[in-house]
Formats: sequence, structure tokens, C-alpha cells
Amino acid sequence: MGGSASQLPRDLLGEYQELTFLTKQEILLAHKRFSELLPKEERESILLKRVPKSKILTLPELRANPFQDRICRVFSTSEHGDGSMSFEDFLDLLSVFSDSATSEIKSHYAFRIFDFDDDGTLDKKDLEKLVNCLTGEGDETRLSESEMDQLIQNILEESDIDKDGTINLSEFQHVISRSPDFASSFKIVL
Amino acid sequence: MSQPVTLCVPESWDGASLDLSLSDEGAVHSSFQQLLQEQSTEELELQELTPGGRENPAAGRTEDWEEPEPRGEHPDFSSATLRIVAGMPSRTIGRSRGAVISQCYNRTAKLRRRSSRPPLHQISRSARPSLRQYDLELDTGHVEQEDTQSLLVKELQTLSSSQRSHMLQAMPVSLAEKLSLRSRFPPLRGRRGGSDRLGLAPVSDLGSVPLQGFRSLWDGFLSLLHSLQPWHHSLKQIGGRFGSSVLSYFLFLKTLLAFNVFLFLTLLIFVVATQAAYPPAAENSRLFTGLELLTGAGYFTQTLMYYGYYSNFTLNDPCTSGDRSCQPGKGHLPYNMPLAYVFTIGVSFFIMCILLVYSMSRSFGESYRVGSSSGDFAIKVFCAWDYKVIQRRSVRLQNENIRTQLKELLGEWQSKSRPMSLCRRLGRMVVLGLAWALSLGTVLGCVVAVYYFAEHMGSSEARQEAFLLVLPMVVSLMNLVMPYLYNLLAAWEKQESPVLEVYMAICRNLILKMVVLGLLCYHWLSRKMGCSEEDKCWETSVGQELYRFVVMDFVFTLLDTFLGELLWRLILEKKLMRKQRPEFDIARNVLELIYGQTLTWLGVLFCPLLPAVQILKLVLLFYIKKVTMAGLGERSPPSSVCGSVQKGGRAPGGGGGGVRRAFLTCTRSRPLRFY
Repeated sequence: MGGSASQLPRDLLGEYQELTFLTKQEILLAHKRFSELLPKEERESILLKRVPKSKILTLPELRANPFQDRICRVFSTSEHGDGSMSFEDFLDLLSVFSDSATSEIKSHYAFRIFDFDDDGTLDKKDLEKLVNCLTGEGDETRLSESEMDQLIQNILEESDIDKDGTINLSEFQHVISRSPDFASSFKIVL
Repeated sequence: MSQPVTLCVPESWDGASLDLSLSDEGAVHSSFQQLLQEQSTEELELQELTPGGRENPAAGRTEDWEEPEPRGEHPDFSSATLRIVAGMPSRTIGRSRGAVISQCYNRTAKLRRRSSRPPLHQISRSARPSLRQYDLELDTGHVEQEDTQSLLVKELQTLSSSQRSHMLQAMPVSLAEKLSLRSRFPPLRGRRGGSDRLGLAPVSDLGSVPLQGFRSLWDGFLSLLHSLQPWHHSLKQIGGRFGSSVLSYFLFLKTLLAFNVFLFLTLLIFVVATQAAYPPAAENSRLFTGLELLTGAGYFTQTLMYYGYYSNFTLNDPCTSGDRSCQPGKGHLPYNMPLAYVFTIGVSFFIMCILLVYSMSRSFGESYRVGSSSGDFAIKVFCAWDYKVIQRRSVRLQNENIRTQLKELLGEWQSKSRPMSLCRRLGRMVVLGLAWALSLGTVLGCVVAVYYFAEHMGSSEARQEAFLLVLPMVVSLMNLVMPYLYNLLAAWEKQESPVLEVYMAICRNLILKMVVLGLLCYHWLSRKMGCSEEDKCWETSVGQELYRFVVMDFVFTLLDTFLGELLWRLILEKKLMRKQRPEFDIARNVLELIYGQTLTWLGVLFCPLLPAVQILKLVLLFYIKKVTMAGLGERSPPSSVCGSVQKGGRAPGGGGGGVRRAFLTCTRSRPLRFY
């Protein structure tokens, strides 16, 4: 911990701690893990570098996650839209997925992760892709057509309040608020 | 909602990238682009909008608007309407940074105004209370995004620094954005030397130097605590392999361990160590044989373990009753042993009670949800994925579980649409009634058996040491076998609601354990009347009994873990040709933990070293459970997506039964799979 602490200035550490839901130890651990993703010669200027998506996805916490692409896409602030993440994006990710993040911010980001086409609502195609991610990518693991249609219809019936055929953020947050399990399952710890 | 509507239509629609990130602010998304293009190929002429235009979109179009033919997904809406809809907050807030910032601005403004609302009696009667001033001020707004951001900064500045950091923390924008917002605040008073190494605004004012020093000390303490966190890696492995629900059992075990460590340390410092420094005059007449570890009697009777050993006078008293003169100058402190004993135990129980109630209420508040249980599908699909599971095999298993659960939900939904006939309902009531009668009957049977054994053992003349173990063994055997019986009953009943099934199983087990414990307490208390032991008080014998119970409970848990696994594996493999391992029954294991802890709390007054025994037991249990879960081959994570085991608590108190409550939020798709 001594080595990485000297690389991350104390004031910046304090700022990060105030602006995210992470504790100092978690930020330092994140710093260590992020610097391991960079090649050796770039580790000095860790705050300025972006790590490509392929390297981020080698982290064991994201390696097998079916939503890994969406997570990288949502948290990345890269202008090219290639999913590469800077250290601050990485901290953002860990902060939203941490223990102390509020349920509201978790549900906000969960909505964005599930919104596969980034149009601000969850429509039928988004829901279908979501269910396919949940059940597995193989052909034999998917639900049948009729089951999928029935399932999506039921979901929309239950959660679409304004009956426009899509689920927007407030409707999504309303559904999430009814489930006490969400906050505890929407967690990634380093 | 008073969201400012910002419509910034780009000048040209060509070649817009399909992949819009949050940096493309007002651009209409490609899905709408296509629709708009389809609509606009009509003769409809659209007014050319300047970029960043601030006009009322509807006003300029009424003359051009025509009813188009039904086309595409929204046959009734013209392109103008589509464009408006595309910019609506419900659509933009999911993707647009500007909308998020406006929402945060609204919230901050509300927060400020809420505290400064004028009291009602100051408003004259004639004045109609205008709601507009409270949150509709922005309605005029065709406010630019930069203006929104600066407005937000202004609002944030009016808040106190802690409120401000709270607002910033909870804003769902990127960290870079938050840093830039924060940098726009003027630096607060109180310079910190060398804080501008990176040119960022200095961290919030810490006040005077002593406060700073205290904070750094507190940070150091927290980091030490964090590095000392036991089992962090093991818990992460368990969570990564088996998911949150199994992890919650181990976390509960860790919490109980913390309680026991606290109890043990207090007792050690105030009671045990001081007594050990001043041992009584009488020598221990018995010899040590190995059996004492199980029975707690024999050699252990006259040791620090039990109540009887502790002096009932003041230790190290300078004024001895023999000579009438006190020698105050000797420098010794008198230590009133009985007072210390009772006081220490009372205070530690009180503190633990407060901690328990606090954590129970907090977890209850987190997990309690008002509202109907409908919405199963949506909740299942949105909340089912457990992000803690990180091993590939476990992820695949989780996929399978979710698929099975979804299929079952669909099946149940289809069958639920057909209401049950009267005949079937009657049949179900009969089955339910029979099952409850059976379970209550077994409880009664167990109680009678325990009573018989207790009386028989108590009055038996042949007092061999080993016979003392019979009663604990009988009770532990019952606690081991009965839950399986209740599981079979539950499988026979086939409850529809999985939550109800879990609650009923918990109820039955609880009733059994409570009634048996209550009977035992009554028995022990009644025995004290006829106590005529030669060299020990009734408290010591009760302490010994409880020690035996704790040890036997541990032994039988081990037996259950090893033998139960092996037996079930054999049965499943041989008879049913399935390679499935039994699931980890979280409810039963948690109840066992609570039962063991109740025994410890009951026995602390009579046997001060019992928390040490419990600590040892919990540590061993952690590793054994972990190894049996991981080592005995493939084990499917429970098909029940149990939320967290919120809390098991017991109102502490020596003697007498207590109320134990385990709050479980489990939603399960099917009864326990043990066959």
C-alpha cells in the first residue's frame, strides 16, 4: 500500500473519497489494480491514460459478466465510443457498484446498462437482449419465441405505467424500488 | 415535471453515428432519425431550426402540420411530434447529460427552498398560495445547457459543504464532470499548504489543526481495521462462486463471531483475569481426564470455567475481617468480585441488545417493501442477476437457474389464470391442516421425550460421567432430524407462494427449538430447589449442562455436514442416477447458528468462558462449511435467490426463552430440492 499511496496525491485521494462512495482503502486498491492493467512504462502517468476495453475485460470481476460490454460502454467517457476507461471512469464504476452507493444511483446506472440501444428507454428489443443475457448466450439456453414474447408482454404490463410500449427511467426505478434484493445483488467488490 | 426541454436539432442528419454517448447532447437518436426521415419524405415541409434554437417547437409548425398516413411504429404521430417526443425528459434523461444536470439542479433548488418555505400564518388570506414559485420557475426556461450547469453551481454554492458533497456524490454523472463542477466553487477559507499540486481546488476546509490530526488518526485506525479484516479473500471467493445468498450466511457467521469476541474480551478483562490473579485457597481435587472436554464436568468443575469458582467476596481487600485494622497505605485496590461479575455481564448484554436492535431495525427498514407482490416478472428480470458471481462455471449455473425460474414463473402464471375449483381448495386445506397437525404433534412428542430423559437422568443414582451426555445428544439429534422431516412435509404440501413456504419452515423449526429450550430452562430452574450437591452450586451444574449442549450442538453439526452430504450424494447417485449435490439450505443453517448463539447467551452467566468455546466453534464452522461447499465437488448454487439474511436476533437475558427472529427475504421458485 505504501508504493501506490505515494503515487496518488493525498488531496486527490480526499477529493475522490468525497465525490464517490468509495473509502480511501478501496480507492487505493483500485489504483493498484488499474495500474496493473497498464504496461509498465505508462504506470507513472496513470491519471492521464485510458485502458482499452479488452484489457478492462480481463479483470476477474468483469470477465464472465454477461453485461461486461454494456458496463464498459456506460462508464466510459471516451469520445470515440470505444469503451476505453480512464482511472476516473474506473472509480466511477466501482463507486456505483460499491456497498454504500444509494439505490437511486444504482438503478440509474442499471437502466443505462440495460438500455442496449442507448435511446433512453427500454423497448422490446432491449428487453429481449436483456433476457438473452440473463439466460445465457447459447442457442439451447435461450427461451423459445413464444415464451420470450409472453415474458416481455408480462414485463411491459407490470411496469409500463404510461402504456407507451417502453419503460423509461422512472418506471424502471419504480419497479426496482419494490425489490429489496436489488441493492445487494448490484455489487462488485475488488 | 418541470424539466426544461432543450431541442437542439443538428443541421444535417447524415452520417450520424449510431453509437451516441452522453457527449452528443441534443441529437435525436438514430431510431427516431429513421422515423423522422420516413415521415419527412412526404410533401410536408419542415421548418428549418437553427442549432441551439430556443423557440417553441409547436408554434412554428401548425400551418405545416398534416395528418400523415399510418407508417412505421408511430402511425399517428407526425415528425414534429416525434421530434418533440424524442426530446422529452422521459426519453432524454436516460441518455442525456443535460437532462441529468437539470434534474440535479431541480433537486438542489427544492432542497434549498424546502428549508426556506414561509410559514403559513404569514400568508394573508386573500393571497392564493401560488405553487408556481416553488418548482415551476424554470418553466420559462428554454435554458441552455451551460446556463443549467452554472445555475446548478450557484445552487450548490448556497448549500453547506457537507450537503454539497452529498449532492455531488449522489449525482449520476461521471467523476470528471463532478470534479469540474467542484472546481468551479471558489476556494473555501482556510488554505491548506501545498494542496494545489495538480491545480485543483483545495479540499474542503478541515478547520483547526487538532481536528485535522484527529481525522488522520481516525483514517489510520480505519485503514488498520480494514487490513485486519479477517476472511476478506475467502468471503470474496465464496461470493464469487456461490452468490450473495450463500455469502450472507457467512457474513452472519462473521457478525456473530464479532459479538462473541466482544463478550469474551469484556469478560476476560473484568472477570476472568482478575479472578485468575487471585485464585481461591481450595485446591482442585479432581484429575484431568479427556472426557471433560465433552462433559465439562470433572476437573473443569472447580476451574475458572464456572460460576462456582468465582469468589463471592471482595478480592485484594486491604481491610480483612480478621484483624480490625485496615492498612490503607499498602497500595492495593479492592475488587468487589460479585459486583464486577454481575455488572460486566449486565452491561455487555445491554450493549449487545442495543446493537442487535439497531442492526435489526436498519435491515428491516432496508428490506421492507410496501405494495403488492405483483410485478414478479419485471422484478425477476431486472434484479435477478447477481454481480458478485464471477467464476465462469457459476455464471453458467446462474444462467441456468434464472432460465428455470423464468420458465416456472411463466408456467405458474398460465396456470394461475385458471382459478382453482372448490374441491381442490378443500383438498389443499385438508393437506395443510394435516401437515400442521403432524408438525405440532412431533413437537409435542419431542417435548415429552426430553422431559422424560431430563427427569430420568436427574434422578438416576448411577452418576457416570458419560451419562451426562445423553440429554444433550437427544436434543441435538432431534434438532438434526426434525428439519428434514419438515422439509418433507413442505414438499408434500406444495405451497404456491415460495415466500410463505420458507416462513412456514422457519416457524416450525423455531417452535420446536423454542419449546424444547423452554422446557429445559424450566427443568434446570426447578432443579435448583432440590439441589444438594456436595461441592458445587446449582449455577455450576446449569453452566455445565449448557456447555455440554454447545459442544454437542457442534458435534452434531459436523456430523450433519459430513454424513448428510455423503448420504445424500449416495442416495442421489445410486437411486436417482443424478449427479446433483444437495443445495445449501440457508434457512436451516442460519437457524442453527442462532440456536447455538442463544445457548451461549443463556449460559454466559453461569459459565463465563462459554463465549470462548463459541468463538472456537464458529471459526471451525466457517472453515468446515467453506471446505465442504467447495471441496465435495460440484454444488449448484441455491435455486432460491435469497436476498440477504437480514438479521437473527434474540433479546438477551439469562434463563427463560427468548424470541428469535430471522428475517429472510427469499424468493424461491420451488420447494427445496433434496430428492
